[in-house]
Amino acid sequence: MQTNEAKKSSASSFFMKIVKNQCFIPLATLLLLAVFNLIADPSFFKISLGYNSAGNPVLSGFLITILDSGSELAILAIGMTLVTAATGGQDISVGAAIAISGSVLLRVLCGTNSRPETLQAPIIVAFLVSCVVAMLFGAFNGVLVAYFKIQPMIATLILYTAGRSIAAWINNNELPVISEPSFTYFGEFIPGIPIPTPFFIAVACMIIIGIVLKVTNLKLFTQAVGINESSSRLNGLNPAFIKVLSFVILGLCVAVVGLIKVSRISTINYSVIAKDIEMDAILAVALGGNALSGGKFNMAASIIGAYVIQFLTTTLYKFNVQSDALPAYKAIVVILLVVISAPTVREAFSSMTKKLKVKEVA
Amino acid sequence: MSKSNKTAASGNSLMNRMKNISDTNLLLTITIVVFFVMYIGAIVFQGAGFLKPQTFFNILNANAALIILSCGLSLVMITGSIDISVGGITALVSMCCAVYLDYKGGNLVVSMLIAVAIGLAFGLFQGFLIAYLDIQPFIVTLAGMFFARGMTTIVNTKPFNVENEAFNTLKMTRIVVPGMGSVNKLGKYVNAYVEIGVIVALIVVIALFCVLRWTKLGRSFYALGGNKQSALMLGINVKRTKFIAHLLCGILAGIGGFVYFLHVGSGSASHATGAEMDAIASSIIGGTMLTGGVGNIIGTFFGVLSLSTIQNIVSSAGLDQAWWTGITRAVMLCLFLVIQSVVMTMRKKKKAE
Repeated sequence: MQTNEAKKSSASSFFMKIVKNQCFIPLATLLLLAVFNLIADPSFFKISLGYNSAGNPVLSGFLITILDSGSELAILAIGMTLVTAATGGQDISVGAAIAISGSVLLRVLCGTNSRPETLQAPIIVAFLVSCVVAMLFGAFNGVLVAYFKIQPMIATLILYTAGRSIAAWINNNELPVISEPSFTYFGEFIPGIPIPTPFFIAVACMIIIGIVLKVTNLKLFTQAVGINESSSRLNGLNPAFIKVLSFVILGLCVAVVGLIKVSRISTINYSVIAKDIEMDAILAVALGGNALSGGKFNMAASIIGAYVIQFLTTTLYKFNVQSDALPAYKAIVVILLVVISAPTVREAFSSMTKKLKVKEVA
Repeated sequence: MSKSNKTAASGNSLMNRMKNISDTNLLLTITIVVFFVMYIGAIVFQGAGFLKPQTFFNILNANAALIILSCGLSLVMITGSIDISVGGITALVSMCCAVYLDYKGGNLVVSMLIAVAIGLAFGLFQGFLIAYLDIQPFIVTLAGMFFARGMTTIVNTKPFNVENEAFNTLKMTRIVVPGMGSVNKLGKYVNAYVEIGVIVALIVVIALFCVLRWTKLGRSFYALGGNKQSALMLGINVKRTKFIAHLLCGILAGIGGFVYFLHVGSGSASHATGAEMDAIASSIIGGTMLTGGVGNIIGTFFGVLSLSTIQNIVSSAGLDQAWWTGITRAVMLCLFLVIQSVVMTMRKKKKAE
């Protein structure tokens, strides 16, 4: 009898452990979506091997699309998680910053001619330049937040308003086109490898950030600053520097996504590129169960969150939802998520279950 | 002895006044001065165009909706919260009213009620989530914006003009401003006019100014934004106050949406893109502090005017408007944010001394 009860309690505690885990919500959502798709139309999971226009073997299917587009979001989610944790606010200028870094990339590659026969500079040089520019803009945001004590959302509103204009101004409002085929490798496929390249780039980013979080004190310091700024200063940290650093890291992520985005179409459209991506990136962080008011964070949960958001988007696309109407459905999901994870709702829920337990015992 | 004291006091009186001036009034003064300097600068450097009264009234005509939206945002920001769904609500309101008036051949009064009802629904729902469930306002209103934008496309995809007769008469109604006017190219004297929306906007501004200054509710907004804990100890119902602020913002977004619709006379999913950002920027330029507790509706009014005057200056200077407007606005926003931040840190230091 006793052993049976002990078994029961251990099972329930194991269950509670799973539920309490931060990865639970995004994974459960993913599972829910997957089951929904399986019931609605199993062909969602079909992956087929085909050949693209260049004659390379490529995989295609909805899952591959998720892997492909979700990777951009996952890279952004890495930076956004750090910014959220350190500052307790979000950067809403990432879409505009992607436009800027993409524009810089094209400007360096094309030189003064907007349709060059050959590239004017090696791709790696152009990428490094765009990284530096994106990090500078990140630092600008960071300085406003850390030293002028402006809320992150409002501070980044400045770049959000001006970013696309600056991007257009960098290229004199022209739309450079790159004909070099090797430039498309970053956003599409490397010949011979049927899996889209963005996925590999995302994996590389994840490994790098994983090592950085493991080896350095970045995670500890970021969380300390996010939880209580003044006490972290009393403990000898420099909160302003940590905040600026988190924005600079986000800038680096932005440059990587900018490379992928521009590489996909070999050109740029200033007003459309990475539109609304900031909202998706913030959603990924929120879906990962990270408090949007800063403090503790879980990087893996954010990255899973990013792929779940993309899964949702792709599912909606499959059901012929217009791209402009997508936000309405996403909004419903977001509201459900935040209501479930709201502390007051959780408290009410847990007190309700406690009452039920008491009744059972009685 | 007493005489020398007196002279010293009168000598320092200006300084003392500067010290004693409240945060609200200091930021308000900066805003109004900046607006007048900018407008006079425009008259001096851009020539006669800005001298015509109609140029000024056209700025009002084009931005009546923005004034109403910004007023709502100022309310919310004074309580220390934020609402970024107002642009989306504007688009949804104009699309719903357009569809109702055009396809269904509806009544004008009912369409106004629809507009207010949409705003009210958003205000109720968002206010409840923010105030009573304690969810971050940014994420709730972000979802609200998503939802409103998405719903606009679901209601109707294609943009179209409204052909309703009653609506068009109301749209074309012009109220002559007495004593103002200018001579046009043909040498005829033309009276300056404003649209109905401007009247609505002015009523909203005056009403909210009165509410904020003289009512208990208005003072509890400031108390809540200034310090939540002490507001609670003063016996203010913090949750309800926050809820009311969001509710009012929602209703104002509905009214602003209808005014916007009245100005453009069409429904489109791309209407009022970035209006929320413009409204936030106007409030900030108008001296509303993001941290809450400081702000003034009159300042917000001048904030909108400053922002749109900049736009007019840029376009009349012959710069490529679409790109330059964004940059100039951002520079202005940046400037005002930094001014706010510097002013506040200096005051804190003085208080500490």
